[in-house]
Amino acid sequence: MEGNFYPLLKWMILPPLAGFVLNGLIGRRLLSERAGGILGSLAIFLSFVFALLSLSDLLNLPAADRLLRDTMFTWISAGPFTVDFALRLDPLSAVMALVVTGVSFLIHVYSIGYMRGDRGFHKYFAYLNFFVFFMLVLVLADNPVLMFVGWEGVGLASYLLIGFWYEDPEKASAGKKAFVTNRIGDAGFLAGLMLLAAAMHAGGVYGLDFATLSANAHLAAGASFAGVNAAFLIGVLLFVGATGKSAQFPLYVWLPDAMAGPTPVSALIHAATMVTAGVYMLSRMFFLYEAAPAALDVVLVTGCFTAFLAAVIAVAQRDIKKVLAYSTVSQLGYMFMAVGAGAWAAGVFHLTTHAFFKALLFLAAGSVIHGLGGEQDLFKMGGLRRHMRTTFILTATGWLAISGVPPLAGFYSKDLILEKVFNSGAGLVWLTGLLTAALTAYYISRLLILAFMDKYRGKEHAHESPAVMTVPMGLLAVLSVVGGMAGAAWLLPFLQPGAPPEHHSALMIAVSVSAAAAGIIAAFLITGRRAEDWAAAWPRTHRLVYNKFYVDEVYEALVLKPLARFADWTFRVPDSKVIDGAFVNGTARLFMSIGRNLSAAQTGNAQFYAVVFMAGLCLLLAALLAGYYL
Amino acid sequence: MMNFLPLTDSVPLAHIVGLGVAVFAAGAFGFLVRRNLIVLLMCVELMLNGANIVLVAFSRAPGAADPQVWVIFMFAVAAAEAGVGLALAVLIWRRLGTLDIDALKELKG
Repeated sequence: MEGNFYPLLKWMILPPLAGFVLNGLIGRRLLSERAGGILGSLAIFLSFVFALLSLSDLLNLPAADRLLRDTMFTWISAGPFTVDFALRLDPLSAVMALVVTGVSFLIHVYSIGYMRGDRGFHKYFAYLNFFVFFMLVLVLADNPVLMFVGWEGVGLASYLLIGFWYEDPEKASAGKKAFVTNRIGDAGFLAGLMLLAAAMHAGGVYGLDFATLSANAHLAAGASFAGVNAAFLIGVLLFVGATGKSAQFPLYVWLPDAMAGPTPVSALIHAATMVTAGVYMLSRMFFLYEAAPAALDVVLVTGCFTAFLAAVIAVAQRDIKKVLAYSTVSQLGYMFMAVGAGAWAAGVFHLTTHAFFKALLFLAAGSVIHGLGGEQDLFKMGGLRRHMRTTFILTATGWLAISGVPPLAGFYSKDLILEKVFNSGAGLVWLTGLLTAALTAYYISRLLILAFMDKYRGKEHAHESPAVMTVPMGLLAVLSVVGGMAGAAWLLPFLQPGAPPEHHSALMIAVSVSAAAAGIIAAFLITGRRAEDWAAAWPRTHRLVYNKFYVDEVYEALVLKPLARFADWTFRVPDSKVIDGAFVNGTARLFMSIGRNLSAAQTGNAQFYAVVFMAGLCLLLAALLAGYYL
Repeated sequence: MMNFLPLTDSVPLAHIVGLGVAVFAAGAFGFLVRRNLIVLLMCVELMLNGANIVLVAFSRAPGAADPQVWVIFMFAVAAAEAGVGLALAVLIWRRLGTLDIDALKELKG
C-alpha cells in the first residue's frame, strides 16, 4: 500500500472547495454573474482534468494492482486505533470520480443559463461546488469514517439546495424532510460503522482503511452481537444508511419532495450523483456482504420492491419532475438489485449510464420548465416538439436510453442487471424487475407524449432554451447513446479485472427488449388526447396510485403524528411543568417566599432593631463569659 | 506611671466600674424607650461615656496607659458621630417635620 503514494489526488478535491469559498465569500460583492458561473464551472473542470490524469496513471499500473493512495494526515489517533485523512483511487472510485466531476461540470454549465437572474446566483454556485467537494471526499475516501464525512457533507449540500428558494415554506420544509429522513439512515450507517470497528477491535485489528477491512472481513463474519451474526448485522445497518441516501423503501419519501430545488440540482444531486452514494458504498464494502449472503438478500428484495413500487407510482404523476423523481427511485432500486444479486459491477455500470440519461432527462425537463416559465404540470404542456425542437430531440434520446432500447445506454446496463438477477436464481425478483422495465418504458413514454406530442395545452409562450443549456444536454445525450456500448466494452473489465467475460443469452435480451417495447406501445395506445382514459375507467386505482399509495399519509399517521404528540406532551408536561414550573420558576418562588417571610423582621422600627441588637450583644457576652468560666 | 488622680486611691475599683456600668445602662435604657431623635443621640453619648469611665478605671492597673489613649480616641469618634447624627436630625426634621423615631418607617419590609 505504501508504495502507491500519489499526491495528485488531493488536487482533485481542492478546486471545488476553493470555488465554494470564493463564490461564497466574495461572489456577490465582487463577481459578476457570468464570472461567478464560470468560476464555479472551472473549478469542477479542473477536478475533472485531475481525475483524468489520475485515471491515466492508474491505467499504467498492472490490472491486478490498480490502487493509488494519498494520505494527508492522521486524523484520529487513539492508542493503537488511527484513522487517516487518506484518499484512495482504484477502478471503482475512479469511475465514480469521473462520473461525478464530468456530469457535475456539464450541469454547472447548464446552470449558468438556468439560474440566470436569480437573486442567489453566487450562493447557488457556492453550494454546488460545496456539494462536489464532499461528493469527491465520499468517493475517494480510503476509510468508512472519512466516507461518512463526505456522506454527511453531501446531505447538508442537498438540504441547502432543496431549500434553495427558502422563502417558499413548502420548499423549505421539503429540505427539512430530506434532511431528517436522511438522519434516520445515517444513524444506521453510523451504528454499522461502530459495530464494524468493534468487531475489528475484538479481532485485534485497529486500522479502518478499506484494504485492512477487506483483508479482515472474516473477523466480522466470525463475530456476533446479541446472537446475530456481526457481518449480517453490519451489512443490514449499512444498508439502512444506503436506503436513506439512495431513497430506497422505506426511506424513499424525501426524494420526490426534493424536487422543490432548482432543476439542475435535481439532475445532479437527486438523480446522477448523491443518491447513488448508497450503491457506491455497498460496492465499496462488498467484501463484507460476501461474508454475509443473508444481508445481500435483504438488499435484493428491498431494491426489487422499491423499483417496482416507484415505477407504479411514476405511472400516474402529473408533475414532470415527480415522474422523473419516482423514476430515479425505481432505477436506484435496479442498482440495489444488482448489488443484491452479487453483481456490484453491474450496479455501478447502471449507476453510470443512469447518471447520463437521467441527468439528461432532468435537464431536458428543466429546459421545458424554463421555456414555459415555471410550468411543471404535464397536462398543461403538449405539442412542445414544434416549439422546442432541440429539447425534444434530446428528451427523445433520453427516453430511448432509459426505456432500454438497444443500443442505447440503458439497454446494456439494465439488461445486464436482469441477467445477473436471473442467474442468481431469484426468479420472482427477476420477473418483478422485468415488469418494472416495462413500466419504466411506459411512464417515460407517457411523459414524452404528454409533454411533446399533440397540441400545446398551456397559455405561456413556449421558447427554446439558450445554447449554454442545450450544449451540455447534447453532450449528455451523446453519452446516453454510446455510454452503454463503451461501458460494456471497457468499464466492466476495468472494474473487475480477471472476471470472465459476459455471455449474454439471446433469449434474455429478446425478453427484456420486448418488455420495453410493450411498455412503449402501451403508452402510445393509452395516453391519448384526453390524457388518461384508464384513470376514468378505474378512478379508485388511479387515485390510489396518484396519491402514491398514501405512503406519506401512513408515515404521517404512524410516525409523525405520535412524534408530534409526544413532542407536544414533552413541551406541556416535562418542559412547562417540571423544567419551567418546578426548576426555573420554582427557584424564584422559593426565594421570594423566604424573602417575604423574613421581611416581616424588617418592622421599620429603629428601636425594635436596637432591642434585638442589645439582646444579641447580651447573648454574645453571656456566651463569652460562659466560655471563660466553664 | 504617673498618677493623674491620686484621690481615687481611696475609691475602690468596683465603684468606678459600677458607675460606668450604671451610666451605660441608663444610656441603653433611654435609647430603647425614648422616641425623640435628639434624646436618642444623647443616650448614645451616655453609653459611650459609660464605656469611657470603665476604661479609665482599668487604666489604673500598672503599666496600662493604652485605655486612656482609647478614651481620647473615643472622644474624637464621639464628636464626629455627634456631628453626623445632628446633621441627620436636621435633615429628618426638614423632611418629615418631626423628630419622632417612629415616623422613620421607610425600611419596613
